[in-house]
Amino acid sequence: MVLALFRKAEIEPPADIEAASLRSDRFRLEREMDWKRLDAIVTALEKNRPGRISDEDLLDLPVLYRKTASSLAVARETSLDAATLDYLEALVRRAWFQVYGPRIGLGGWLRRFLGGGWSASVRAIWLDICIVLAVMVAGTLVGWLLVEQEENWYYSLVPGEMAGGRGPGADPETLRQTLGTAEADGLGVFATYLFSNNTGVCIMAFALGFFFGIPTLLLLVYNLALLGAMYWVFAEASLGIDFAAWISVHGTTELGAILLSGAAGLHVGRSMAFPGDRSILAAMQSAGVRAAQVMAGCTIMLIIAGLLEGYARQLVGDTPSRFAIGGGMLALWVIYFAFAPAPREHDT
Amino acid sequence: MSRLALRADLARRARTLVTPEGLALPLTVGSRGARAGALILDLMIIVFGLIAIIVLFSAVGLSLFDIGAESDAGPIFNLLSIVMILVLFLARYGYFLWFELGPRGATPGKRTVGLRVAARDGGRLTAEMVIARNLVRDIEVILPIAYLLVIAFGGGSEIGVSGWALFAWLMLFLLFPFFNKDALRAGDLVAGTWVVETPKAKLEEAMSLAPDRSRVYHFGEQELSVYGEHELQVLESVLRQDRPEALQEVAAAIARKIGWEPGAGDEREFLEAFYAALRGHLESRMRFGERKLDKFS
Repeated sequence: MVLALFRKAEIEPPADIEAASLRSDRFRLEREMDWKRLDAIVTALEKNRPGRISDEDLLDLPVLYRKTASSLAVARETSLDAATLDYLEALVRRAWFQVYGPRIGLGGWLRRFLGGGWSASVRAIWLDICIVLAVMVAGTLVGWLLVEQEENWYYSLVPGEMAGGRGPGADPETLRQTLGTAEADGLGVFATYLFSNNTGVCIMAFALGFFFGIPTLLLLVYNLALLGAMYWVFAEASLGIDFAAWISVHGTTELGAILLSGAAGLHVGRSMAFPGDRSILAAMQSAGVRAAQVMAGCTIMLIIAGLLEGYARQLVGDTPSRFAIGGGMLALWVIYFAFAPAPREHDT
Repeated sequence: MSRLALRADLARRARTLVTPEGLALPLTVGSRGARAGALILDLMIIVFGLIAIIVLFSAVGLSLFDIGAESDAGPIFNLLSIVMILVLFLARYGYFLWFELGPRGATPGKRTVGLRVAARDGGRLTAEMVIARNLVRDIEVILPIAYLLVIAFGGGSEIGVSGWALFAWLMLFLLFPFFNKDALRAGDLVAGTWVVETPKAKLEEAMSLAPDRSRVYHFGEQELSVYGEHELQVLESVLRQDRPEALQEVAAAIARKIGWEPGAGDEREFLEAFYAALRGHLESRMRFGERKLDKFS
């Protein structure tokens, strides 16, 4: 008795079809079983319990969906039963959501993404990456040249709290200390904190792309000018190589992430400015979906950069090893982006 | 809202979507209010979830604030902070992605108010679209809210001109749904998605299963041509609701209109017979391509 309560309710055949006096009601009663079967399947799918669907039902799903869809089309032209029409519309809509819904969950997407989807979308925006790279190099040069011409530029470029005593004419010994390895305590927290912070910069670079990409470029010029200015200070104290090594540990990954997010922003902005022969909306959509892939990848790069910055940079002190780590990461990224094959189309 | 305004609002939000099978499906775009409500619900779920996690930690005897005050807290605090920051990260990105990539295409907040995400072109909703719309959410929702909190609690004086420019820029994103008719967020626009209502409907009983009374009540061509489809559907809902006083009222009104003497006690039978006759009449004309939308047409 109790077991019967838990058993799935059987779909009952409708009452006497011939008893219905209206032709449209007979039409409905003849097809009602199929609709209810589809309803049960869709409900199980919505509850994320595909295990409850029998093999037979699963095989019939496309047929049932088409049958119900055509029932709706016929009912619209022949029946004036509002409740049935509402039911059919809601049912077809729900079935449509399931038949044309996302095929993979978060886990499946991640697997496909890391297995090549990411590198493919990075390759697809190569032009924007080149532009942003040129802008970043130019920004660094501008920072360097400005401070070389006039030291006061340094103070207007670098905010006080960020400089932390690393100004022009600072004692080389102090500068050397800032490049050293801090004590290892609390490094993990520091790394994770840095990660949240850098994500902000990347997201801004991406978000500003919606303004035809120009604010993105300005943001990048400013941030890289800051780097150039700081590099000049260390070069003056003949610590240029050490500074480069110190930066490269996490910098190759982090600057890479900033490069990619800037390029993603620019890609969207550029497709808005020059949509080609598509509508702006269509151009923006395909660019946006591609750029979002790149951005999702930037988050991963930033996690790695944060870990490198928090742990590796503070634990590894000598310049050659730092260069080795930074260069190694750079090589890894370049190889991955350039050569990882794109995933096959069928499993989107 | 009055019923008329409500109907006008529904008509404004009604769209037709053509599925790949070529079937036109009516859809209703989610209202801005419902979407804001869904977002607030989701944010509340996230915030209360985080609070629950913190309470859980302190129940085990680890208070973040106590340990934070001491500098030599040791590895447990480190580990805990890392876990906390990772949880925050997951709450910020994972929550929306996980649920919107699920079979319901909706976060718990959206589900509660009866909304879901769909592809605007009627095609498949891909994982990439969902990722895109949720990454942009960060810029248009989380950042402005964080910025507002900074202004509210940190004092607006130190923000400066560039700060206000940034604020205006962020507000532009936040208010984006008010500048287009489909209530699209910037993220929806970029991803090619929209948010639509998901009403569920139950299959009601067929109406003409009641005993055939066309011999008892005989309606002629003239009597049946008084009403149209709209009145038929009103009558259908009255019959389905089955409230005695409404039945009486409607039966009297119909009898007056078609010039019959209203009887007493047989309202339901009369209305069922009239419904069946009227629907048969309208449906048979419908088959010849003649439709009568309401009593005025």
